Amino acid sequence: MPNVVAEHADRLVDQFREMVLVREFETRVSSLFEDNELPGFVHLYIGQEAIATGACWGLKDDDYITSTHRGHGHSIAKGLDPDRMMAELFGKETGYCGGKSGSMHIADVDQGMLGANGIVGAGPSLAVGAGLSIQQNDEDRVCLSFFGEGAMAEGVVHESMNLAGVQDLPVVFVCENNQYGEMTPAQDQHSVEGFEARGDVYDMPAETVDGMSVQSVHDAATRATERARNGGGPSLLICETYRYHGHYEGDPMVYRTEAEVEEWRERDPVDTLESSLLESGHVDGDDVAAIRAEASERIDEAVEFARASEYPDPESAFEGVYSEEL
Amino acid sequence: MPEKSMRNAINDALSEEMQRDDSTYLIGQDVGEPGGSFAVTRGLYDEFEEGRVIDTPISEAAIVGSSAGAGMTGSRPIAEIMYADFMGLAADQVMNQAGLFKYMFGGDVTVPITIRTVNGGPGANAAAQHSKSLHGLFMHMPGVRVVLASTPHDSKGLLKSAIRCDDPVVFFEHMELYNREAEVPEKSYKIPLGEADVEREGDDVTVVATQKMFYHARDVAEQLAGEISVELINPRTVKPLDTETLVESAKKTGRVVVADESVVQNGPASYIAERIQQEAFYHLEAPVEVVGVDDTPIPFSPPLTEAVVPDDEDIETAIRDMPRV
Ligand SMILES: Cc1ncc(C[n+]2csc(CCOP(=O)(O)OP(=O)(O)O)c2C)c(N)n1
Repeated sequence: MPNVVAEHADRLVDQFREMVLVREFETRVSSLFEDNELPGFVHLYIGQEAIATGACWGLKDDDYITSTHRGHGHSIAKGLDPDRMMAELFGKETGYCGGKSGSMHIADVDQGMLGANGIVGAGPSLAVGAGLSIQQNDEDRVCLSFFGEGAMAEGVVHESMNLAGVQDLPVVFVCENNQYGEMTPAQDQHSVEGFEARGDVYDMPAETVDGMSVQSVHDAATRATERARNGGGPSLLICETYRYHGHYEGDPMVYRTEAEVEEWRERDPVDTLESSLLESGHVDGDDVAAIRAEASERIDEAVEFARASEYPDPESAFEGVYSEEL
Repeated sequence: MPEKSMRNAINDALSEEMQRDDSTYLIGQDVGEPGGSFAVTRGLYDEFEEGRVIDTPISEAAIVGSSAGAGMTGSRPIAEIMYADFMGLAADQVMNQAGLFKYMFGGDVTVPITIRTVNGGPGANAAAQHSKSLHGLFMHMPGVRVVLASTPHDSKGLLKSAIRCDDPVVFFEHMELYNREAEVPEKSYKIPLGEADVEREGDDVTVVATQKMFYHARDVAEQLAGEISVELINPRTVKPLDTETLVESAKKTGRVVVADESVVQNGPASYIAERIQQEAFYHLEAPVEVVGVDDTPIPFSPPLTEAVVPDDEDIETAIRDMPRV
């Protein structure tokens, strides 16, 4: 790792900064939720930060992503504004969707973010659609589709991967294996161990990477997106990771042990990156403290923005169902 | 009589029916050891021998499709789909499979399956993909029975009948009603499918209300007592619909409000109103009024949700706006 760190130090510092921001956003959401400031329910990304950051790093503004119910990290990595994300979580009119989406459906199509999604397995089919648009219009774009390993059991995910393969679409399927689908361990939900074989059956390159290492995710995602951009068709990326919090905030987590969580925490994507950066000498303790403080201030601002924003006009609830009056 | 939550009443029905009939089994996501997403199946995994309570991957189409296949081949599966919204992924298995077989195969086969699923969520700000009331979709499918669970007492009795029914039944629970407690008899009892319940008798106006709207309507009826006499009816089963009870009441009061949390357009409340208007036309003082969601997805933000989803105020307004002689 030291050589790699030295070679990519500037990028890694920037990636560290973004991952810290995601962690800070999620940590704050957790406490806001506990304090009953946020309606609905939230699924947090803490532990998985290296995947969104590593995978989206090489994307251009006009590339696309599809996301999941656990989508805050993907949104930040795709360049969405924490102010408007936080406002959406509060249900305020300044939120990305004017208070209509909440945590589970944040989208900004102009920014290439085709939506967090409350339906497990829906994202990959939408990504195939984006891939078809790109192909139809001969555009230089790709679509990254994030989904949990649990979604691998949905028929529509298989159909989508197959269609992407048949049509040679510029889509990268990014499976985040955080070991559990709700309360059930991954190994009880899939008859074949590991997910690389899923790439083989749809004739697409598949790679399993350490999802706790932003460098590994970055490298593999770069290979896959370059392939997609150059007409090489879809790929499957499997990122091994872990979510520290419950499936949703408030989940009693009876299905796993504290020891297991601790074991994964030792590989924490943010802390391990911090240590390697410190070790390499590219940053010192002050730099790290500054980065962390900056993230914390940025999220303070986002929370202030959200709190100060107004709730939407109730009448707006009935607007925007259709694109035109008939 | 002891009080029980709707959650526990449903759990009792499952347990009793699974004890009674070896051909039953439970299948769904997290229904086994974890006890279900809404803790409805808690304890059943330990109560029954291995294989009777099956945890599945996230595969709605296979959960319902396999139930249709098992139903045809001697089993009596009870499937759980976590939210009605996710029934979209399993719609084919009801619409083109389970619901059709008896008729399409010439009458020789039965598909005795129960699909438990969950309406609601707007009150919990669960937003557009976790909040819909979707029984209307399944009311539209020939060969399929549709039951709405509203009270702990009814839920238990209706679910037992649903499980014993030889037709596919989609049994809709409601996310915001699981904690409701009410008296539930300890002894085993069934409530036949297709019988409405007159919860409260009255003379001025009939309110037909389902699930969460039933509770809103009950509160309103109580508040209006002395001023307007409300007859409150819970249809309990919407397919078959107990038109007779509804029409009888409509003839008596001459005014009817139907309140249901689904989208109004082409939905269950509109259908119920149509049946009543058809059969009680000459007895009505006014067109039947319908309360529901006005062709809008369920938004997230509390003020938006409140605007879209009907509550007691909407029911009261509908009652007060009825012309009175
Ligand atoms: C179609 C559908 N089925 C079930 C659910 C309920 N549900 C929400 S998240 C989840 C687990 C998803 O697991 P995974 O895809 O691995 O993502 P993770 O939560 O681990 O990030 C389930 C079953 C849903 N939202 N949509």
